[in-house]
Amino acid sequence: MATMTMIEAIRSALREEMARDERVVALGQDIGQLGGVFRATDGLLKEFGADRVFDMPLAEGVIAGSALGLAVSGLVPVAEIQFLGFTHQAFHQIAPQIARYRYRSQGRYNAQVTIRTPFGGGVRTPELHSDAIEAQFVQAPGLKVVMPSNPYDAKGMLLEAIRDPDPVLFCEPLRGYRLVKGEVPEGDYTVPFGQSRVTREGSDVTLVAWSAAVQLAERAAERLAEEGIEAKVLDLRTLVPLDVEGLVSAVESTGRCVVVHEAPLTAGFGAEVVATLQEEAFYSLEAPVARVAAPDTPYPIASIEDYYVPSVERVVDAVRRTVSAK
Amino acid sequence: MTAQPTADDPKTEAELDLESKQEDVERSFAGPGERLEILSPDGTVRPGTEAPMSTEQVRDALRWMMLSRTVDVRAISLQRQGRMGTFSAVRGQEASVVGSSFALDPARDWIVPQYRELPGVVRHGFPLDGYLLYWMGNPAGGRVPDGVKVLPLQIALAAQLPHAVGLGWGLKLQGSESVVATYFGDGASSEGDSHEAMNLAGVMRAPVVFFLQNNGWAISTPRTKQTAAANFASRAEGYGFPGVIVDGNDLFAVYAAMREAVERARTGGGPTLIESQTYRMGAHNTADDPTRYMEPVELSGWDERDPIRRVTAWLRSQDAWDDDAEREMQAGIDRQVDEAIESAEAFAPPNPEQIYTHVYADPPERLRAQQRAALDSH
Ligand SMILES: Cc1ncc(C[n+]2csc(CCOP(=O)(O)OP(=O)(O)O)c2C)c(N)n1
Ligand SMILES: [Mg+2]
Repeated sequence: MATMTMIEAIRSALREEMARDERVVALGQDIGQLGGVFRATDGLLKEFGADRVFDMPLAEGVIAGSALGLAVSGLVPVAEIQFLGFTHQAFHQIAPQIARYRYRSQGRYNAQVTIRTPFGGGVRTPELHSDAIEAQFVQAPGLKVVMPSNPYDAKGMLLEAIRDPDPVLFCEPLRGYRLVKGEVPEGDYTVPFGQSRVTREGSDVTLVAWSAAVQLAERAAERLAEEGIEAKVLDLRTLVPLDVEGLVSAVESTGRCVVVHEAPLTAGFGAEVVATLQEEAFYSLEAPVARVAAPDTPYPIASIEDYYVPSVERVVDAVRRTVSAK
Repeated sequence: MTAQPTADDPKTEAELDLESKQEDVERSFAGPGERLEILSPDGTVRPGTEAPMSTEQVRDALRWMMLSRTVDVRAISLQRQGRMGTFSAVRGQEASVVGSSFALDPARDWIVPQYRELPGVVRHGFPLDGYLLYWMGNPAGGRVPDGVKVLPLQIALAAQLPHAVGLGWGLKLQGSESVVATYFGDGASSEGDSHEAMNLAGVMRAPVVFFLQNNGWAISTPRTKQTAAANFASRAEGYGFPGVIVDGNDLFAVYAAMREAVERARTGGGPTLIESQTYRMGAHNTADDPTRYMEPVELSGWDERDPIRRVTAWLRSQDAWDDDAEREMQAGIDRQVDEAIESAEAFAPPNPEQIYTHVYADPPERLRAQQRAALDSH
């Protein structure tokens, strides 16, 4: 075991998998010489050479689209889109092409493509760099949407993603890149998709979150513990596949639930969580399921983003209301 | 401003309108003077050029062109009878599609199609009955048989171009000598994917031939509304590779240009953009009504340039074609098309369960549950 940051865990997964499987290639903007704007790919060009690590033209659509072609050719591409907010420029290749290539070809071709991309607020980026648009990709059947919150998951889920015969959108929490540290085993291991994880036990309320919102929920849970409210925190880890069973049992055990996410409220993935609980856990609920999300506005300029991204206070408030509801 | 007929200039508004439309169409052929042309509309080889194919090859190519024309006629009639979904005919573009595909080796080269390249992909190994099955609405038709180096038809215009580049680039990285030919239309050329793909292909020197079928139209939109440039091929210069214009209704010119581009790609010379100037001699597809935007004269004017007529005229001049040969070939094609239609129609009808298959290798539990619930309710 070694203590690693998120970014180190991601880099170690990339390095190990490129060493293990020579079909794996990395492509993206500034990922070679520079090692990526966040250094996720640092050292890969030197170690694996210019036939495996590609600095790409500044064009997200063809980064994604050519990754599909690379996969058809027999390689295993791991593409980086510098920020999730710029997957808009590649959306037409990700959702209607990469995601459904297996379906369109009736199984002749699969898209073993991983798209890594950071997102999330609180780091004072310019416009569009922080947008949490993960839910848009949930409506792209054929694609898996993976949201690790900690270094252990980041490495194990990235290895799982690269080896998955189907395409994976791998969203990395920008804020946690260097801030979130954790124990990571040496060597090979994978974290299977579709298995949520309880990161903190509690019996009064269940906080459901993914990616950087998990740490937010945990901080809120600590604060709540001081007032005698025991909050369970459930990290969904993957939105597709969704661990319905894990979600339902975590909520049934407390009877109350607050979903926390960075995306705007309306039709954010929290809406899907609430709908699922309404269908599957209705009779165990003792209060309406609450959502703590960003407002339905564009992501604001950095100086006021703290009023936009869900805060510990907002989560605590929502929990207090949920717990006191009769 | 609308022109009014006057004593001096008695043209009506409709006539003037038609003239300007014809000019639009003609303008698309006013390249910089460097258009490769070998076989003239009368079937003679232009002075200073020669036929790039053997008589045997030409007969073979003609067969594919006639097959294509026959499938068009039959498919449109099936569609009118409710036995076929929307169908896009190749009519007018047979030399463009067949001539280019003849420069490819189905054993090692790949075709990344748009949707108007039937004889090319069928020659490359995609079964004709499967092709018809796809347009009849059976998902099984979408499956390219194993070993056939063709990617699925593309409905999202130009989205196939990045795939073609990735495929060619990936094959090159793995030391293969395969070449990827990708097809797209004058309309598709306006999409951002078209720019991004050609740009990347240039940077990576990917072994890709971008075969742009400029058939004058994107549904109702004339080619002049796609670009203000005199032609499409000149874009290649901006991407750092050669661009050539060919008479797309000239089997020999198309084949010769494609052969050179394929050879360049195979030997490490990188991509080529070929603008094949052809004409869609009919509706966009079976759902289209071209009388709303095309004048009848535009269509009949193109009959003279019919790519099939040119080839038969040349074969006759070589004493390699006569009415009997034509009847015989047509009869064989008719049988082949009959059999393909029969086979497609005899194929098991699609099953609602197929909605759920091939979404994932290992479907999420949630999707499995949806499938079970749907099947229980049938
Ligand atoms: C991205 C996208 N936009 C719009 C359409 C609808 N559409 C289908 S065919 C077509 C015209 C295509 O023109 P062109 O690329 O010149 O090909 P052609 O039909 O002439 O062979 C349009 C607009 C589509 N299929 N895909
Ligand atoms: Mg066109």
